[in-house]
Amino acid sequence: MEFDPFLLARLQFAANISFHILFPTITIGLCWVLFYFRLRYTFSGDKAWEYAYFFWVKIFALSFALGVVSGITMSFQFGTNWPGFMERAGNIAGPLLGYEVLTAFFLEASFLGIMLFGKDRVSNRMHLMATALVAVGTSFSAFWILSLNSWMQTPAGYRLEDGIFHVESWWAVIFNPSFPYRFAHMFNASLLTAAFLIMGISAWRARRGVDGPATWKVMRTGAVMAALLAPLQVWIGDLHGLNTLEHQPAKIAAMEGVWETERHAPLTLFGFPDEEARTTHMAIKVPGLASLILTHEWDGEIRGLNEFEGEHPPVAPVFWAFRVMVGVGVLMVLVGLWSAWQLWVRGKESREGQGVLLRILSVMTFSGWVAVLAGWYVTEIGRQPWVVDGLLRTADVVADHSSATVAGTLFGYVLLYLFLLVSYIAALRYMATKPARSLSLMPQQRAMNAERAQGEA
Amino acid sequence: MDLGYWLPLFFAGAMGLALLIYVILDGYDLGIGMLLPFADDREKDVMVAAIGPFWDANETWIVLGVGILLIAFPQAHGVVLTALYLPVTIMLMGLILRGVSFDFRVKAGDRHKAKWNALFALGSLVASVCQGWMLGAFVTGLTGDSTSTLFAALIAVALPALYIMLGAAWLLIKTEGELFRKAAHWGRLAVWPMGGFLVLISIATPLVSQTIADKWFTLPNAIGLMPIPIATGLAWAGLIWIFNSRQILHHGYGWLAFLSLVVICVLAGIGLAYSLFPDIVLGQLSIWESASSTESLLFTFWGAIITLPMILGYTVFIYRVFRGKASDLSYE
Ligand code: HDD
Ligand code: HEM
Ligand code: HEM
Repeated sequence: MEFDPFLLARLQFAANISFHILFPTITIGLCWVLFYFRLRYTFSGDKAWEYAYFFWVKIFALSFALGVVSGITMSFQFGTNWPGFMERAGNIAGPLLGYEVLTAFFLEASFLGIMLFGKDRVSNRMHLMATALVAVGTSFSAFWILSLNSWMQTPAGYRLEDGIFHVESWWAVIFNPSFPYRFAHMFNASLLTAAFLIMGISAWRARRGVDGPATWKVMRTGAVMAALLAPLQVWIGDLHGLNTLEHQPAKIAAMEGVWETERHAPLTLFGFPDEEARTTHMAIKVPGLASLILTHEWDGEIRGLNEFEGEHPPVAPVFWAFRVMVGVGVLMVLVGLWSAWQLWVRGKESREGQGVLLRILSVMTFSGWVAVLAGWYVTEIGRQPWVVDGLLRTADVVADHSSATVAGTLFGYVLLYLFLLVSYIAALRYMATKPARSLSLMPQQRAMNAERAQGEA
Repeated sequence: MDLGYWLPLFFAGAMGLALLIYVILDGYDLGIGMLLPFADDREKDVMVAAIGPFWDANETWIVLGVGILLIAFPQAHGVVLTALYLPVTIMLMGLILRGVSFDFRVKAGDRHKAKWNALFALGSLVASVCQGWMLGAFVTGLTGDSTSTLFAALIAVALPALYIMLGAAWLLIKTEGELFRKAAHWGRLAVWPMGGFLVLISIATPLVSQTIADKWFTLPNAIGLMPIPIATGLAWAGLIWIFNSRQILHHGYGWLAFLSLVVICVLAGIGLAYSLFPDIVLGQLSIWESASSTESLLFTFWGAIITLPMILGYTVFIYRVFRGKASDLSYE
C-alpha cells in the first residue's frame, strides 16, 4: 500500500508534538510547585520541605531534559515538514517563535544549571531566585508558543498580500481572540498534571513504605492544588468552548456530534458518529443540554455539521477526544475534592487508613497527560482541513518528500519515543521506590540525613 | 537609513554568531561525549559533571541559530531544511539520545548505567557527524552532486575531530589528576588529524565551488585575506606546543588550549562568512531575497537588542558561578 506523504507528514508532526507536550506539561506546573517547596523551606526551615525539593528537582530535571530535546526536534519540524507554512506565515510565526527563544529558552536552560548544581555555590537567595527564573521561563515559553497556536486557530491583526501574511498589529496578533482562554486552560492543565503526578508518585512511595515525612506533605500539597484547580479547569474549559463556538463553529459541531442546525440541541453523552451516513449511531442524548452549555440558554441555536459539509474536521476523533478530556476532568474534580478532604481536612496521613485513596492516586499519576493529549487532539484535529483557520490549507504547505523518506524517519521517531517513554516511566518508578540516594551525595545532604537518622533512632 | 537593507544584514550576522557560539560551546559537550568511552567509570562521572551545568544552555544556541533562519529568512529556511531532511533528522535523534542520557545514566539505576553511557557517546558521535555533513552540504550550495557529497563526507569527519579537541581542552580547564593527564593525551592525539583536516578543507573548498575560489584568489582580495590562514596556522602550532608543554599544562595555563581553539573557530567562521556572503543558499538565494518583511524583522530586532545582552550577561554569570574544577559536582 502506498502511503500518502501528506498523511505521513501529519502523522510525523503529530507524533513529535504529542511526545514533546508530555514534558512541558509537567515542567511548567512542577517548576512552580518546586518554587513553593523552596519557599516553604526557606521560611520554615523545615527539613522535610528541603527533602521534598531535592527529591522533586531530580524528576523535574529528567522531564526537562526530555522536553528540551524533543522541543529541538519541533523547531526543525516547521522547516523539514511544513516549509510552506513558514513561507506564507513566517512574518507572524517567526517573531513569536523568536521571542520564545530569546525570552524563555535561554532563561530556563541557563538557570537550570544553578537550580540543579548551584546549591553550594550561590547564596540561598540566589538559588531561590534561580528556581523562580526557571519557572518564569517555562511559563514564558508557554505564553509565546500558545500565542502562535491560538493565532493559527483564530487569526487576527494580519493582512494578506499575494498569499503571504503581513502584520497589521502585533498586539492583535499576540492577544488574538482565543489566546487568553487557551493560555489559561493550558497553564492550569500543567498545574493539574503536576498535582496528580506528585500525588501519584508520593502515593507509590507511601504504599511501599519508603516515605519520609516529606511524602505526605507533598501529597497534601497536590491534593489542595487538585481540589482548587480541577473545578477551575472545568470553568475555564466552559469559557473556552463559548469562545470556540463564536470563532470555529464547525469544530464545536464536531465536538458535540451535532449534524443539523437546531435550537434546544441535545447533548450527546455517547455514540458513534458516522460521517458517511451523517448521523451519530446509538446516541445517548440529554435534551436541550448542549444548547444550555454552549449558549447558556435552553433555546440557543447550534449550527450543525451539515452546514459545513466538505469544510469540517473529521468528526469521530474530535468527538471522542473531547469526551476523554472531559471525562478525565470530571474524575479529577472528584478525586481532587476527596483527597483534599481526606488529607487536608481530616488529616489522615497513614498507609493503613488510606489504602483505597493511595491506590486511586497512583492509578491517576499520569491522568494529566491523557487529558492534555486529548485536549490538543480536539483543538488541532478540530482545525482541519486548515493550518491557519479559514485562510491556509494544511495540504498547501506540506513539503514534497517521498513517502519512503517520511515513513522511514517516522518509524525511527516512533521507536525512539516509545523507548524513551518506557525508560522515563521506569526511571520514575525506580526513583519512587527508593529513598533518595543522591541526597546523600551532597555534603550538606549527608549531614542532614545523618541528623535525621539520629532523630529517628 | 534603509532598514530593508540593514535588517537582513543584522540578522545574518546574528545567525552566524549564534552558530559560531554553538560550535564552540556545544562542541566541547559533544567532544566530551565522544571521549567518554575512553575513561573509567569514576572519570566518566567527572566528565559529565564538567558539562552538566552548561550543556542545556549550550544547546540552545543552535535553537537560536535555526530560529533566526526561520524568523528572518523564512524562504531559505524551507529550502535548507528540506534539502537537509535526512541529516537533520538523524542529528536530532543523536541530540535526543545525548541529552536524555545525561539524566538517565544516574537516575535509571546502576544496572543500566553502562547502557546510557554508551548511548551518550553514540548520540554525541552521531550528532557531530551529521552536523559536519550538514555544514559541508550547505557550503556547497545544497547541490547534492558527487563532488559536494564527497566534500560533505570530509567535513563530516573533520567536525568531530574539532569537537574532540574542544572537549579535551575543556577537560584541561575542568579536571585534575589522572583525568587531566588523559585529556592532555587525547588532545595530543587529536591535534594531528584536526590539522590535517584543516589543510584538506582549505584545499577542497575552492575546488568544489567556483564562486568561493573567485572570492579568495583574485587580487587584491587574496592579499588582504592572507592573515586568516596564517593566523589559523599559528593557532594550530600553538595548540601542539601547549599540549606538549608540561610547563604550561601543569601551571594552570591549560585554558590557553581552549583559547587557541576558539581563535581557530572564529577565523574559520569569518572565512566561511566571507565565502558565502551575500548568499544564504550559495548561488541560489541572497539574504535580501529570502528575508521576511521589514516590519516583522524590526519587531524581532528590538527584542533581540534588549535580550541578547542579557543572555550574554547571565551566560557569563553562570560560567563564573561554576568556575574551577568540576570534581565536586554531582549530576544527581
Ligand atoms: C489537565 C488537562 C485538561 C482537563 C482536565 C481539561 N482540559 Fe480542556 N484542554 C486541555 C486540557 C484539559 C488542553 C490540552 O490544555 C487544551 C488543548 C489546547 C488548549 O489550549 O487546551 C484543551 C482544550 C479545550 C477546548 C478547546 C478546543 C478548541 O476550541 O480548540 C475546550 C472547549 C475544552 N478544552 C474544554 C474543557 C472542558 C469543558 C473541561 C472540563 C471537564 C476540560 N476541557 C478539561
Ligand atoms: C503541544 C500540544 C500539541 C499537540 C498534542 C498537537 C497535536 C497535533 C496534531 C494531532 C496534529 C495533526 C492534526 C491532523 O492532521 O489531523 C497537529 C497539527 C499541527 N499543529 Fe499541533 N499540537 C500541539 C500544539 C501545537 C502548537 C503549539 C503549534 C504551533 C505553534 C502547532 C502547530 C501545528 C501545525 C503547524 C500542524 C501541522 C499542520 C496540521 O496538520 O494542521 N501545534 N498538531
Ligand atoms: C510546534 C510547537 C513547538 C515548538 C517549535 C517548540 C520548540 C521547543 C524547543 C526548541 C525547546 C527546547 C528549548 C531549549 O533548548 O531549552 C522547547 C522546550 C519547551 N517547550 Fe516547546 N515547542 C513547541 C510546543 C510547545 C508547547 C505547546 C508548549 C507548552 C504549552 C511548549 C513549552 C515548552 C517548554 C516549557 C519547554 C522547556 C523544556 C521543558 O520544560 O521540558 N512547547 N520547545
